[in-house]
Amino acid sequence: MTDTQATEAAAIPSSTPADVREPLLKVTGLTRHFPIKGGLLRRQTGAVRAVDGIDFTVNAGETLGVVGESGCGKSTMGRLVTRLDEPTGGKIEFEGTDITHLGVGAMRPLRRDIQMIFQDPYSSLNPRHTVGTIVGAPFKLQDAVPEGGLKKAVQDLLELCGLSPEHYNRYPHEFSGGQRQRIGIARALALRPKMIVADEPVSALDVSIQAQVVNLLDDLQRELGLTYLIIAHDLSVVRHVSDRVAVMYLGKVVEIADRDSLYSGPMHPYTNALMSAVPVPDPRRRQQGGRERILLKGDVPSPINPPSGCRFRTRCWKAQDVCAAQEPPLATLKTGHQVACHFPERSEGNE
Amino acid sequence: MTDLNKTAADAVQDAPRNPAPAGDPFLSVRDLRVHFDTDDGLVRSVDGVSFDLHKGRTLGIVGESGSGKSVTSLAIMGLHRSKRAGITGEIRLDGEDLIAAGPDRVRQLRGRELAMIFQDPLTAMHPYYTVGQQIVEAYRVHHPQASKKQARARAVEMLDRVGIPQPDRRVDDYPHQFSGGMRQRAMIAMALVNDPSLLIADEPTTALDVTVQAQILDLIRDLQAEFGSAVIIITHDLGVVAELADDILVMYGGKCIERGPAETLFDAPEHPYTWGLLGSMPRLDRELQERLVPVKGTPPSLINVPSGCAFHPRCPYADLTGGRSSSELPVLTEAAPGHHAACHLPVAERHRIFAEEIAPRL
Repeated sequence: MTDTQATEAAAIPSSTPADVREPLLKVTGLTRHFPIKGGLLRRQTGAVRAVDGIDFTVNAGETLGVVGESGCGKSTMGRLVTRLDEPTGGKIEFEGTDITHLGVGAMRPLRRDIQMIFQDPYSSLNPRHTVGTIVGAPFKLQDAVPEGGLKKAVQDLLELCGLSPEHYNRYPHEFSGGQRQRIGIARALALRPKMIVADEPVSALDVSIQAQVVNLLDDLQRELGLTYLIIAHDLSVVRHVSDRVAVMYLGKVVEIADRDSLYSGPMHPYTNALMSAVPVPDPRRRQQGGRERILLKGDVPSPINPPSGCRFRTRCWKAQDVCAAQEPPLATLKTGHQVACHFPERSEGNE
Repeated sequence: MTDLNKTAADAVQDAPRNPAPAGDPFLSVRDLRVHFDTDDGLVRSVDGVSFDLHKGRTLGIVGESGSGKSVTSLAIMGLHRSKRAGITGEIRLDGEDLIAAGPDRVRQLRGRELAMIFQDPLTAMHPYYTVGQQIVEAYRVHHPQASKKQARARAVEMLDRVGIPQPDRRVDDYPHQFSGGMRQRAMIAMALVNDPSLLIADEPTTALDVTVQAQILDLIRDLQAEFGSAVIIITHDLGVVAELADDILVMYGGKCIERGPAETLFDAPEHPYTWGLLGSMPRLDRELQERLVPVKGTPPSLINVPSGCAFHPRCPYADLTGGRSSSELPVLTEAAPGHHAACHLPVAERHRIFAEEIAPRL
């Protein structure tokens, strides 16, 4: 049963001619409001607007990096896209199929195609299961019988992810953080998904191990033609892994652009501030004082009562009256940069 | 007020770049060892670390998890339980040996002369007391003659100093009512309430977002310039130490493997592990590399530390030392003025490898 559904799902994109690069994932107006209940009758008194209307696409074979500070809604967005959470509004299309409100059962065949890698390699692996059980679980859940048997398939996956096939019978506590993250990656790859959503895949790892896992993700993408949606707060890691980058602030996407054009010429003031805040491992810069850093004052406003108009205006040094009155749309500039700002930086030539 | 932003370029410019001062160091650590006896064996968390720190200067201690950097700082603060930890060596603060001094004496100093900023302000602050009460307590312990009113005024003053808006109102808030960045500011206020001469910041910004991190790093830098205290900053982030530290100490497997002034350590690192760290981090200030160069393998177990140089199983150049790497413990030797490294590779050879193979990749 599941097999036929899976082939049907796979047949949809091939029936439409591959004229333009059909986006693998298309998100329009996605929102997620978490209700706040209060009062005697537990009525809804407000909502945390975690994700508040975002649009983006991910093309097959590319990596979209999503950056933002904590609380900007990037993880919620990841959970919505993988349908671990129910969107309040908007639309998610995967390979042209609307998956926004699919139930658990209807979603199951699609789970083969969309997998997730989690941040914390300590809590995302069941401590009572062996590595073999953990990595083999996707096959069992999907009733899939791999060629050459389950054990062989799991061992191949372990090898693919830089672990030894002999690790099959070991438990998670016998591994270091980096190795555990590899186990999580092996599990995500088990059913040969098309897309992997990775939520902070390396932030819990040491620097020297981070590079190993980043390179592994790179190799796997090249080898298996994977599409990644990588959510991270570390701008330098995102620059390294992404083809395109989306910057989020308070539940909104404020800028999306090609990696190179975003990092060489950020247009949204927030992106600019975010990048200038990254500490640079070069003491001479500090000494020369040649580095211009924009210090943002204060904290991110509450997503319960976001500021009117542009959400960044309360901390923005360019804010004017129009910013409070009117919300800037995510507009495409001639460079292909999409930016939601009334007064984007470096935009003199764009008007 | 909050919508005003400033560029910190001018603040960066007048950051003190004082040369290494002469005279007795304020803090002097000699051959510090901290061992823990566990059921699995003796854990050598810190195994012979020495360094000096003068007033007004900042030392950055860098290392991966399990390299012993936090254990070192807890030993200086006297926060290891004496039954569990075997501490030997010397920690001299202003000439007084803290290891030989009893726990009562260290308790007198802690909070007044020595203060610490912890990584996670949510777990480091008591959720049951207001921020003000906690700062007042820290003040009154060391100023018993101060009245409650004076102590509260002092708490408000400190909150104001670390940049908390409306400090006279926020002083009565509980930690959960503060945002992450504000909690870290409140903790800095608590650490500085008695004007300590030595401030230890253990991963002070790891739990924070980059924009808040930049604010906190600036704050620590300003406060140090103002109070002239000695600062130890412990972190795994080379970017953070480059922003703050005058001198840097790199730890690996419980030992100091490289120590030197910040500029030379970043410009001409001597130890292959430091090369590995610099090569494995993606950097925004450089051209994009096709691939990162990770350090192969994993950090060592502190129970079975590899023989000889603890880094040798992961070192790509270990076979150039004729087997000494795996049999003989390298000692810290001066490779350049003030710059020490513990590596068996001959200095000339190291410089050749760095210039030819490492530097072009960084």
